[in-house]
Amino acid sequence: MSTFWSIWISVIVLGTVFGCVWLLWATRKSQTTDTETDRTMGHSFDGIEEYDNPLPKWWFYLFMATCVFALGYLALYPGLGNFKGLLGWTSQNQWEQEVQQAEARYGELYAQYGSTPVEELAKIEDALKMGQRLFANNCAVCHGSAARGAIGFPNLTDDAWLYGGTPQDILHTLNNGRQGNMPAKGTMPGMTNEQVDQVVNYVLSFSGRARDEAAAEAGKQVFAQACVACHGADAKGNQAVGAPNLTDDAWLYGSTYDWIRETVLHGRQNQMPAQSERLSQDQIQILAAYVYSLSN
Amino acid sequence: MSTVNANLTYNYKVVRQFAIMTVVWGIVGMALGVLIAAQLVWPSLNLDLPWTHFGRLRPLHTNAVIFGFGGSALFATAYYVVQRTCQARLISDGLAAFTFWGWQAIIVSAAITLPLGLTSSKEYAELEWPIDIAIAVVWVAYALVFFGTVMKRSTPHIYVANWFYGAFIITVAVLHIGNNLALPASAFKSYSAYAGVTDAMMQWWWGHNAVGFFLTAGFLGMMYYFVPKQADRPVYSYRLSIVHFWALIATYVWAGGHHLHYSALPDWAQTAGMVMSLILLAPSWGGMINGMMTLSGAWHKLRTDPILRFLVVSLSFYGMSTFEGPMMSIKTVNALSHNTDWTIGHVHSGALGWVAMISIGAIYHLVPKLWGLQSMYSTALINAHFWLATIGTVLYIVAMWVNGIMQGLMWRAVNSDGTLTYSFVEAVQASYPGYFVRFLGGAIFLSGMLLMAYNVYMTVRQKDAVAQDTAAAQAA
Repeated sequence: MSTFWSIWISVIVLGTVFGCVWLLWATRKSQTTDTETDRTMGHSFDGIEEYDNPLPKWWFYLFMATCVFALGYLALYPGLGNFKGLLGWTSQNQWEQEVQQAEARYGELYAQYGSTPVEELAKIEDALKMGQRLFANNCAVCHGSAARGAIGFPNLTDDAWLYGGTPQDILHTLNNGRQGNMPAKGTMPGMTNEQVDQVVNYVLSFSGRARDEAAAEAGKQVFAQACVACHGADAKGNQAVGAPNLTDDAWLYGSTYDWIRETVLHGRQNQMPAQSERLSQDQIQILAAYVYSLSN
Repeated sequence: MSTVNANLTYNYKVVRQFAIMTVVWGIVGMALGVLIAAQLVWPSLNLDLPWTHFGRLRPLHTNAVIFGFGGSALFATAYYVVQRTCQARLISDGLAAFTFWGWQAIIVSAAITLPLGLTSSKEYAELEWPIDIAIAVVWVAYALVFFGTVMKRSTPHIYVANWFYGAFIITVAVLHIGNNLALPASAFKSYSAYAGVTDAMMQWWWGHNAVGFFLTAGFLGMMYYFVPKQADRPVYSYRLSIVHFWALIATYVWAGGHHLHYSALPDWAQTAGMVMSLILLAPSWGGMINGMMTLSGAWHKLRTDPILRFLVVSLSFYGMSTFEGPMMSIKTVNALSHNTDWTIGHVHSGALGWVAMISIGAIYHLVPKLWGLQSMYSTALINAHFWLATIGTVLYIVAMWVNGIMQGLMWRAVNSDGTLTYSFVEAVQASYPGYFVRFLGGAIFLSGMLLMAYNVYMTVRQKDAVAQDTAAAQAA
């Protein structure tokens, strides 16, 4: 902030504290006695009179002590405009210190597993326990504490993988996150409502779900035009772009006619946030092993 | 009194109106509080309707108790006290009536708009811009009536109670207008004039002084009249009242920053908020000491006078919560208490223990005087109310202390590998017993208010109860 505002703040902060000290001091100084008095102020309001008893000593010292504490605190910590305080404390560096302390205390614990390959790590019980705790803190809010997912959040315990289930794929997902995007009506923006109905019925047929056969048959054409670019001619998806396999009866957004119609009509956008800035590489390695262990 | 003008009559009508509405809004607001406390124990009481959802009823609860109940109590007592201690009739009966009907209309409009989801989303300032403007207009009228009456007083000095009422009226006007500056987008939607952390700082500058001026300075004004009056003793120390008045109003306006510890608020503002909050301890206690010590020589009256008991216990809760507040403003304590139920407990030890109890005591003192009676219909019922209020408050705050400290500890507990031991929902689950006790405490407190309503009703409808609007009757 500019020097003007810095001085402005300092003056009114110190002015308030010293103002309190002066008020207290001056009032006490004018006392004629330190003990109780029967002298009233001589005025009466609706029958209420006022004594002029001295300030209780303990209260006077309490008040002074808080003012002294305030001045000491303002000397040590930032409070007076641009003055940084003698300790150099900021909330930012307090946080950084705490992170460093945590690193120092827990870093080694994670580091012992950091270079073990994911497949091997997935067999070490202690590592999996740590992985489960990391999962509970960082992943369970979306994927659920049992990792079974929810609408829009993949189930991590089955064999269906949007972006691949190899250790490398899982590590990549954890480190960099993923951006899922299915455009509305796929690659066929002019799709009519009738064609939407047809392609939905066709998609239902992949997993043997109840459908209108005639519409499903007609939907084959629509699918070829709107969907194969990502989901492939065999509808088995493409992990390179995160296009789901439509034939395995695993559904990210629900399996009923209405859900699928919603997906086709409006598309889907989804995001898995990148963890590399929040977790250490050692932690990500352990987390990957835990996720890997859920389906292997 | 020597300067009494024998022909002087006071405007008691507006005082009677506000006194009755204090009881009405007290019951409405506290019943809403009990309902939302029950919703936290039995979530299905949300009824799956948007209008009865916790998120919409909670601001209605706070508005009804702070502005409906507390506000009506402040209007009633300020109008009564300023007239009697200045020996002057309110400067304008018309303007006083306008503040009564205007204020009630504002509370009713809050009761309509908040369940509909119309909110500016600022805590204790949820009402949308047309209502905010109405509040500003009524408040200015309040200030005109109050200060106009002080100006035409026939006493040489201004009594200490009026300093506090005056400071409360002026500062709340400044805070209300400052915090609610906004750009209207439609009839019931507006956007704050401030952005980001500035908006947060403005909000808590207001928010903490809704506590500091609305719920403290105003009620200290009440204390300075009703405690010496009910105890029939002189105020303990004029000198002490000067120091704690000026120190209190000078430091309270700073304290809002302690609501934003460890946030994006610049460090200097957090520090300033914290040190001023600590300095506040002694000025706050100054009011408690002055009230308590006024009873010296009259302690025996507590045995027979439940009204005095209300007033004295309210001062004890005031002392306790104004000790707790500065402690919670210390950064390291706040790191544990922030966002937990401890904060709710702290607020209610002030709201139930201090604000509600002193208002209840003041209303029990007022009602017989306003209707020309010696006493309330039933002193035994006042006594029962006193115990219900005390037990309800204690249950409430103890439950929230236990919950709050438990939540704070659970949130920061870590395993041997540095991961969090508990998920958030585990802390919620562990809070259920506390939520139930809180509901129980609230229900007990509310039942006391129902006794009060019955007692006030029976008092006012007695054969010899007559509205006191003549000089001879009011002189007593």
